[in-house]
Amino acid sequence: MKVFTFKIGGPAGTGITSAGLMFSKIAARSGYHVFDYMEYPSIIRGGHNVMQTSVSDEPIATQLQSTDFLVALNQETVDRHVGELTTTGIMLYDTDEKIVIKTMPIGATALGLPLHMLARSNTGSIIVINTIALGVSLYLLGGDLKYLQDLLDEQFAKKGEKVLQQNLDAASAGFKYAQDNFSQYVISRLTKRKKTLPALVINGNEAVALGAIAAGLQFASIYPMTPTSSILQILAPLQQEFGFIYKQPEDEISAINMAIGASFAGARAMTATSGGGFCLMSEGFGLAGMTETPIVIIIGQRPGPATGLPTWTEQGDLRFVLHAHQGDFPRLILAPGDVTEAFHLTMQAFNLADKYQTPVVILVDKQICENHESVSPFNYAKYRIDRGKFTTKKIANYKRYSLSADGISLRAPAGSGNHVIANSDEHTVFGYSSEESSVRQAQMEKRMQKLITCEQKDMPAPILYGPAKADLTIVSWGSNKGAILAALKECSRVNFLHLTWLNPFPTAMVTKILRQAKKVLNIEANYTGQLGGLITEKTGLVLEHNFLKYDGRPFYPEEIITKIKELL
Amino acid sequence: MTWQDYLTPNKCNWCPGCGNFSIWSSFERAALKMGWNNSNTALVAGIGCHGHIVNFISLTTFEGLHGRPIPVASGLKMANHKLNVFVFTGDGDCLAEGGNHFIHAARRNQNITVIIHDNAVYGLTAGQTSPRSPKGFKSKSTPDGNIEEPLHPLRVALATGATFLARVYSGNIDECADILIKANKHDGLAVVQILQPCVTFNKEYSHIFYQENTYALGDDYDSTDKAAAFAKTMEWGEKQIPVGILYQVQEPSYESQIPQIKKQVLVATTIKKRNIDGILKKYL
Repeated sequence: MKVFTFKIGGPAGTGITSAGLMFSKIAARSGYHVFDYMEYPSIIRGGHNVMQTSVSDEPIATQLQSTDFLVALNQETVDRHVGELTTTGIMLYDTDEKIVIKTMPIGATALGLPLHMLARSNTGSIIVINTIALGVSLYLLGGDLKYLQDLLDEQFAKKGEKVLQQNLDAASAGFKYAQDNFSQYVISRLTKRKKTLPALVINGNEAVALGAIAAGLQFASIYPMTPTSSILQILAPLQQEFGFIYKQPEDEISAINMAIGASFAGARAMTATSGGGFCLMSEGFGLAGMTETPIVIIIGQRPGPATGLPTWTEQGDLRFVLHAHQGDFPRLILAPGDVTEAFHLTMQAFNLADKYQTPVVILVDKQICENHESVSPFNYAKYRIDRGKFTTKKIANYKRYSLSADGISLRAPAGSGNHVIANSDEHTVFGYSSEESSVRQAQMEKRMQKLITCEQKDMPAPILYGPAKADLTIVSWGSNKGAILAALKECSRVNFLHLTWLNPFPTAMVTKILRQAKKVLNIEANYTGQLGGLITEKTGLVLEHNFLKYDGRPFYPEEIITKIKELL
Repeated sequence: MTWQDYLTPNKCNWCPGCGNFSIWSSFERAALKMGWNNSNTALVAGIGCHGHIVNFISLTTFEGLHGRPIPVASGLKMANHKLNVFVFTGDGDCLAEGGNHFIHAARRNQNITVIIHDNAVYGLTAGQTSPRSPKGFKSKSTPDGNIEEPLHPLRVALATGATFLARVYSGNIDECADILIKANKHDGLAVVQILQPCVTFNKEYSHIFYQENTYALGDDYDSTDKAAAFAKTMEWGEKQIPVGILYQVQEPSYESQIPQIKKQVLVATTIKKRNIDGILKKYL
């Protein structure tokens, strides 16, 4: 793999993530594709933070097990990550931290420098250690200091002249120190490429939030929860500029009910949470289904049950989201595989919610929510707002739940002059409570018909990546896409079926592709193989080979390649 | 409009003598007087006997889940703050299942009227103790008598920031209608506790009990005095149940502090795709 990996680690609160993101942006501005991956504990200060950026000439959306360039700001980074260094790897470490290096991988180089001392003598503050380390790294990687200076300017200008100057001094001091002391170690991995196209360096939460705004979001009520909290933090400061409302509710029960209330008034409404918050939303989920109220719910998975591993990743909530709430109702569940898909599927989710008047879930995970990927600026020129059967006019003899072949009734909001009844009890076509057998049957069938209509009208075929003919077909969903696509580049005669629509489910296509496959490998980040079970349920096919992971860590291409080789 | 216009084809199914009949009458009387209709009004109900009201009033309604009418109303009001928004809720709905929403609604001070149908018992589930049931109350869930103290919604709402608190006995239809109008006119969260007998499951708080033990707050009562209001919320017992407006002060409503909806309601314009290119540039 022609991928270069840069990793910076240190105690939480020392600017590891901001330095990591700056590195990603420098690489992207220098013309490379990047993906960064962050590991951090569920505490604010003192824990171990580490961020890895993968840099490649080609599109990339995965972290790697190996590290080419490691910046260790503390002993723990050395202990945990020195073994990842490649045979040509370089480790930069802070000699002021009294770091002990027990072993180094053969061929790798350890370069010590007094980061604390450099920070104090050049800026008078140790807060800029991360910036000095970036300056040193840039020199060693043959990068352009100007990109770092630009980024510092963008980030710190608002914090005042002093802070900005401190950081600029730190960057130059680091760069110069490396020039004076490490010139023989320069490896040109960040040399500016001839062609540099504009690229966003953006994570899934940002993509979702911006997709929602572009799609005409009017109301969002979100209770904070890792890993989706940054969605609300992006929305909140933009609400006046774009004219929507973000509301922090007292809990997730309120979050979903507020969104439902706003939607009842005709607003495009959403909420976001993680599996634990969605537990509280489960009753509101079915309420939206029963009352046929459009809402978009973003669920960023993390390992459960209970509090689980709050800041790590997993795909353990698929079955939960598929089945949450009592009874049957139509729910749409979409699982983007990367940030670009997260952006477009979020935009589409608002149309689908309006069109089918039912809740639509965007099922992501920490891996997509918080890791940045460099992507072409989102092109949403073709997107059209589609509110489905919706009217604000007064209709004679209006019936909210009138029966129709496609299962969809004309929706009028509160305040439209129509007598609109949204009823959580089973109801007549007008919305009045009814326990009549014929009413129940007709309304149940009407609601469930919407799923069939959606399957026929809106569900695309899943994408099969790689060669049409293969000895092994990998099937997976969501964020595993990046690691699997990277693994595919190293293996011939392997293809990959990626599922983004999980309900309704593309049964016919999945059956066809998996029946034809010589061998199938199901890859999922959960204990029970939830997608595998779903595939069996829908297609009758039992998947023999499963690669399941539930340690909170994402899939690495290296381990997928090993698994592929075992099977071929 | 006439009062007949508020009727629906459905027959009321509350027990004969139920306090809900007069709450229904009071509300329709107020609606008729004020011209509440499907262009300017929306109701949100919870689950309990009170919630059946949605089937008997021809006004736009969302009947949600047990305990959750307040957050639905909250979202509805933010999205269209020109609507008169009424919450119909019961003592179990509002104070047990929905207690968290109730206290936060009080401090949020949205311009919503919360009507608590308080019968101090669970009626729809056929007779268990509610947060309003008196200590010692014998019911299917407390056969040896209720050990817990009852909760006083007006005291809670006052403590958590509500700006309009009223109490009325359901049998006084004129007074009830009048208070509902005042509650609706109040710019902020209004809580109206309607003392409503459950003739089937609560033999303690009967019509006679409320007729004999409620008293009207006098003209000399200062409803802007928070300490006085707090003292009034402490009163409960024989001849000791004050009714009327216990508290009313003017504080900015939640909606009045949202700049995005200063000029028009959130849903006033047709939704358009937004250009986010400017924001995307920040991610380059």
